[in-house]
Amino acid sequence: MNNYDAIIIGAGHNGLTNAAYLAKAGLNVVVLEKNDYIGGASVSRELHEGWIYSSCSYVCSMMRQALHRDLDLGRHGLLLVPYLGTVNFGDAGERLFTYHDEEAAHLELKRHSPHDADAMHRFQTDLTRYSQLIRKTLLRTPPDPTSFRPRDIRELLYLAKQVWALGEKEIYEYVRFFTMSAAEYLEDYFENDMIKAAMASPGIIGTALGVYSPGSSYILLHHVMGDVDGSIGAWGLARGGMGAISDAIAGALQEHGGEIRTNAGVQQVLVENRKAVGVVLENGDEIRARVVVSNLDAKRTFTRIMDKNDLPEGIYEKACNFKIRGSSGKVNIALSGMPKFTGVPGNRYIDRGGQGFTGSLETMERAYDCWKRGRWSDDPFVESVIPSAWDPTVAPPGQHWMSNFVQYCPSDLAEGPWTAEKRDLFGQTVVDKIERYSPGFKDLIVHMEVRTPHEIEQEIGLTEGNIFQGELTIDQLFFNRPFPGYAQYRMPVKNLYMCGSSTHPGGGVSAACGANAAREILMDLRRPNTVPDDDFYDE
Amino acid sequence: MNTTDPYAGERLKLSPFHPRQQALNIRDAWSAWNGYKFADYYYDAEYEYFCVRNSCGTYDICPMQKYEIRGRDAEVMLNRMVTRDVAKIRLNRVAYCVWCTDEGRMIDDGTIFRLAGDKFMLTCGSPCNAWLEKSAFGFDEVSVTDVTDDLAALSLQGPTSCAVLKNMGLHGIDTAKPFDIMYFPFHGDTLMVSRTGFTGDLGYELWIQPALALELWDELYAAGENYGIQPYGEAATNMARLEAAFIMPAMEFNEALRTVHFEHDQTPFELNLGWMVDFKKPHFSGRRALLKEKQRGSKYTLTKLDIEGNKPAEGSYIYKNKRCTREIGYVTSAMWSPAVKANIALAMIKTEYLQGELWAEIYYEKELRQYSRVARCTRKQKPFWAPPRARATPPPDF
Amino acid sequence: MSKALKRCVELDRYDSIIIGAGHNALVCAAYLARSGQRVLVLEAADTPGGLGASREFHPGFHASVAHTISHFPQQIVSDLKLASHGFETSSSALPTVGLSLDKKHVVLQQNSVSGTSADDADAYQNYSRLMRRFAAVLRPFWLRTMPRIGNNSLAEMMTFAHIGLNIRRIGKKDMQEFLRIVSLPARDLMDEYFDNDILKATLSWDGLIGSKLAPRSPNGAVLAILYRMAGESRGVHAIPAGGVNGLIESLCTSATTSGAEIRNATTVSRVLIDRTDNGLKAMGVQLINGEKIQADNIVSATDPQRTFLDLVGVEHLDIGFTNRIRRLRCDGYVAKLHLALNGLPDFNGLERPDGRMIIAPSMDAIEFAFDDAKYGECPNQPVMEIVLPSVHDASLAPDGQHVLSAHVMYVPYRLKEGWTDAARDLICDRAIDTIAQYAPRIREHIIHREFLTPSDLEQNYRVTGGHWHHTEFAMDQLLMMRPTYEAAQYGTPIPGLFLCGAGCHPGGDIMGGAGHNAAREILR
Repeated sequence: MNNYDAIIIGAGHNGLTNAAYLAKAGLNVVVLEKNDYIGGASVSRELHEGWIYSSCSYVCSMMRQALHRDLDLGRHGLLLVPYLGTVNFGDAGERLFTYHDEEAAHLELKRHSPHDADAMHRFQTDLTRYSQLIRKTLLRTPPDPTSFRPRDIRELLYLAKQVWALGEKEIYEYVRFFTMSAAEYLEDYFENDMIKAAMASPGIIGTALGVYSPGSSYILLHHVMGDVDGSIGAWGLARGGMGAISDAIAGALQEHGGEIRTNAGVQQVLVENRKAVGVVLENGDEIRARVVVSNLDAKRTFTRIMDKNDLPEGIYEKACNFKIRGSSGKVNIALSGMPKFTGVPGNRYIDRGGQGFTGSLETMERAYDCWKRGRWSDDPFVESVIPSAWDPTVAPPGQHWMSNFVQYCPSDLAEGPWTAEKRDLFGQTVVDKIERYSPGFKDLIVHMEVRTPHEIEQEIGLTEGNIFQGELTIDQLFFNRPFPGYAQYRMPVKNLYMCGSSTHPGGGVSAACGANAAREILMDLRRPNTVPDDDFYDE
Repeated sequence: MNTTDPYAGERLKLSPFHPRQQALNIRDAWSAWNGYKFADYYYDAEYEYFCVRNSCGTYDICPMQKYEIRGRDAEVMLNRMVTRDVAKIRLNRVAYCVWCTDEGRMIDDGTIFRLAGDKFMLTCGSPCNAWLEKSAFGFDEVSVTDVTDDLAALSLQGPTSCAVLKNMGLHGIDTAKPFDIMYFPFHGDTLMVSRTGFTGDLGYELWIQPALALELWDELYAAGENYGIQPYGEAATNMARLEAAFIMPAMEFNEALRTVHFEHDQTPFELNLGWMVDFKKPHFSGRRALLKEKQRGSKYTLTKLDIEGNKPAEGSYIYKNKRCTREIGYVTSAMWSPAVKANIALAMIKTEYLQGELWAEIYYEKELRQYSRVARCTRKQKPFWAPPRARATPPPDF
Repeated sequence: MSKALKRCVELDRYDSIIIGAGHNALVCAAYLARSGQRVLVLEAADTPGGLGASREFHPGFHASVAHTISHFPQQIVSDLKLASHGFETSSSALPTVGLSLDKKHVVLQQNSVSGTSADDADAYQNYSRLMRRFAAVLRPFWLRTMPRIGNNSLAEMMTFAHIGLNIRRIGKKDMQEFLRIVSLPARDLMDEYFDNDILKATLSWDGLIGSKLAPRSPNGAVLAILYRMAGESRGVHAIPAGGVNGLIESLCTSATTSGAEIRNATTVSRVLIDRTDNGLKAMGVQLINGEKIQADNIVSATDPQRTFLDLVGVEHLDIGFTNRIRRLRCDGYVAKLHLALNGLPDFNGLERPDGRMIIAPSMDAIEFAFDDAKYGECPNQPVMEIVLPSVHDASLAPDGQHVLSAHVMYVPYRLKEGWTDAARDLICDRAIDTIAQYAPRIREHIIHREFLTPSDLEQNYRVTGGHWHHTEFAMDQLLMMRPTYEAAQYGTPIPGLFLCGAGCHPGGDIMGGAGHNAAREILR
């Protein structure tokens, strides 16, 4: 059958979520995926026999629990297991453990700085306040501030009310937080550089900003505002790897009668009479539908699979100017045994949490300076986790899989295009860094997959390898995401929608973009809404 | 860090009195306070409570945070931080104090000891390092040192406590008035004793260097053998303090710097601590906001309630009428008081409704089934428990 | 008692004392005096003017730290009748020249650009048209007091409504664009419009200078550009007759003619604060010689940190408020270079160095200079803005000789190793070497050189951090958050104490808005 109610281009987790909610409303949907596997960047792949890599995203914190429950993802095989703690490795051999348990966390901070141990209470209180505000917007469509439609005005008033409820002082503090750099924001709380570095590290993950760049403290919040079972900032692993999330959503989609086609790359979106009517596949097949939904990023959608002539004036340029900068790399390593880290008694929490090779604020910032100059740092920021230590499904018993996320890695090198040799050199930099903290680490390596932004773009289709489908700066957030005037998931061509992380609320495995887009599409198609409200919290 | 025990870094710290307390904690009922392992109760909470009311008991306050504040500007700095006039605290006296944010919301309460003209000790329930650092900023000659781990402290409370100390050889302790500090030689060092406590009864707090903690314990228990001395834990403390109508953080008030929601913290006026806010003294943090509140009146008032029946009103709403249609407040702490045989509670009630009827909706369980009842509440002006001996000098022996 | 008699009795009593005699202080003093107040201005230096004051840095050679004015409001000029007091700026609008190593200089005039491709020239028209529209949206608010959110005052809230309405009035499309670009890094904005590296760097300069921002930094640069385009001159720089000091002199004359008294070489050591049952009240100042002077209003034109932490003292302030003042970011990143030259230097490919010349070959060059500074190091290749004021006003240097005045970025206030004479010489040499790449024979002309690091500026001009704007011009320190809430409406938590310096809304540069707005609040 080649006639559908909706075509979703790309089987990333947002595309699948969007399709699932459309299917749930009784629509006839098909998800088209260019690869022979689904999941986009939320994927588990066996790239070495016996090892299942979450080769792109590796940790889950933003997944909207309202969607998790509503799509019954648990029944479709999804289990999220929270981290117990994190070990941060300093430049001078110091270690900072963050523990899930409050008393233990306090004692450990106190070991580094009694002042900061106390300040942490205020920091967490403040972050909680900020995340609660932001979280209220995640499963809502951003209002258009330039519009006088009742719905937009109602939403703006809702927002104003939420902001007003903060009280005068906190409104100012919120603006301050929202616009400052992570490093300077943390200055008000902490004195210890190691603690500051550990706290600032979420502020740079995935972004082409440094810890000293204004705006990075929002990025910090973006990474910690998620929660696992109500504890703010908690991160979790998906049992079976991040692909388990996509698979579970796909399960829900298929249960509602949706269809997924792999190896079905879209060549072009068909536009007739200024309306999207379907797509042409790379193999020449034509599929038609009432609506076309792109899970691709904004730049790719408008510059790669659309004809410039089909777009209203200025949209192509907007797409070209859309900031989607590759800044992250990923090194997935299969290990023959558990690496031992120096200065970590009993390898504590290596087996139940993350490792942050944070160093100091300056080390992180200098890595960013390298990125600006089109190279990678010899001493990059690396954030790792060994999921196999507590997920029995991703590596053979006794052997391990280690995920290493690297910030920063440029999508374009100053000295010419990426090659296989350069990619391996980049991987080697990361291995060398870990070896400094875990002597003998290299000898454990069985297999290694190195992903620079170049590989991420080639395989996953994220422009420049940007993991958020677009920078999370104010000019591209909320009603500015992806472009001002198009933040309500409807795109400039009628019947064309976007549902990827290029839309509000942005990157991360939250499924919120897909769900929000579905709500808008169903409204336009005059179908009853199937997307739940975020009714989880009485905050 | 101890490399033999991988969990060393995250295990609770042990108080200097721990070896003795562990031996006595036959129920192994431990909880945690500020990173210290800390007894919830030892044998039986109610039994321990009666020791405090009937004979005497010891309560480990090592986990309490202690800060030494010294230097020429120490008095000015503290005076600008707390709402009471620190200049009025005489040498070797203690004062109960609160400190607030600029908005007049309470950060914490604690006691200030004046140990010398330019030397103070501040004690409080939660860490206060960051706020003290902020408070000290801008003063040239003041230093703040966290001495929590350098000073062991044991609270001795109950009607026989003075007799025990006398028996231990602390001559003249009976001349100490409430909130006095006295010093006694002890094994080549000095034992500091303050007539302070958290039970509303006669009692003392003993301060000694950690190395001598066990000597102190042993001598105290030897002296108290015939005076019914027993250790008591958190549960008994909580009962005693409620009868005395003392406020507790995370019960009656939410520390302002840990409050997420707007005005979910409290002011001293709301907590009936207006008597500690001194508008005649030099400027202090929160003064403008508190003056405004004093002039306009407080939203809520902490109220002592005597409630019909015997079911504790824990977590109850307070209503304006028996039909429970108008909610006007909530209970913060409640229990059956064994000493006064009354169903007592502290509740935050909207000030405008204080004079009218007060009804509590109480939920309770009877063999797994839930019941509710609406009980009439009577306001009490005085603490539920305030024996004359608590203030008498010299105090009676029992 | 007759008015005159009353005046006699209270002769030793002033209505307002203004601490400092920078241009904002003088604007404030002039407004207050004109309304009949008895005003005393106390200046620690020997001459008034602060960073705008002229100094003889070498016999016969004069310069002021601020070397041009770009957005001094016409309203203040006419209110204070500055023209009749000698202020004259009309004839001297400076072109901005982006210097190029290969002599392909980019010259920006008020409405045109030359030295670029035709595409860039067209884009510049679009760019400046849009930016002017946006600047016009904000213009009314620079001379307005920002409302305080917690006041719940309808009149104040109307200011917000007015801003909203103004933004809405530019049309849906422009409003959307405004909300997008207002937080954009300078680099992204420039990349969207232009190809020419020098044009991009030159245009971004006005968003960055004076701040701890580089082209890639979001949140602030575009606002700074719009701020500088706010005045009637639309951000075009000019040198008034007599240099910036010409403006200062006319302000002094205007203030003193209206009856204000200016006392130089008078350093205030303390604001005197009285304690009553109702709270505190500022009632005077104490000088370093111990003399006490009383007044109803004490108006501080010094920066917020110096005002509250040094002059007032923390014991009179709440702890949270103190902390907010303490955490203000006010580390300066601009150093000042003054050269006394025995002749007019030749700049390669320039007919006459009569413009505002920017040495910043690309936005990367600016970014990389900043990268050094953020770690407390001096940039290897500094970027700078150069003016030869003596070309426009011969009185600033002996006959036929010239003054070169340059703002050198990014020179950190906190040098990692600490500032020494050797460190200062090193960066001074680097700056001169950089200039020499464009004016190869400059060294032959130098009779004398002076280099003022931000730390020197702090010492010489009593400005915390040596920061031009008194406190960083960043989104979290702007509008009703400048310098912090409870002090953003010129009044402070202490009745009778006001702020009128660049640390208040609208901000720094030779602008005068803060002095103007403060005077209105004091008279309220």
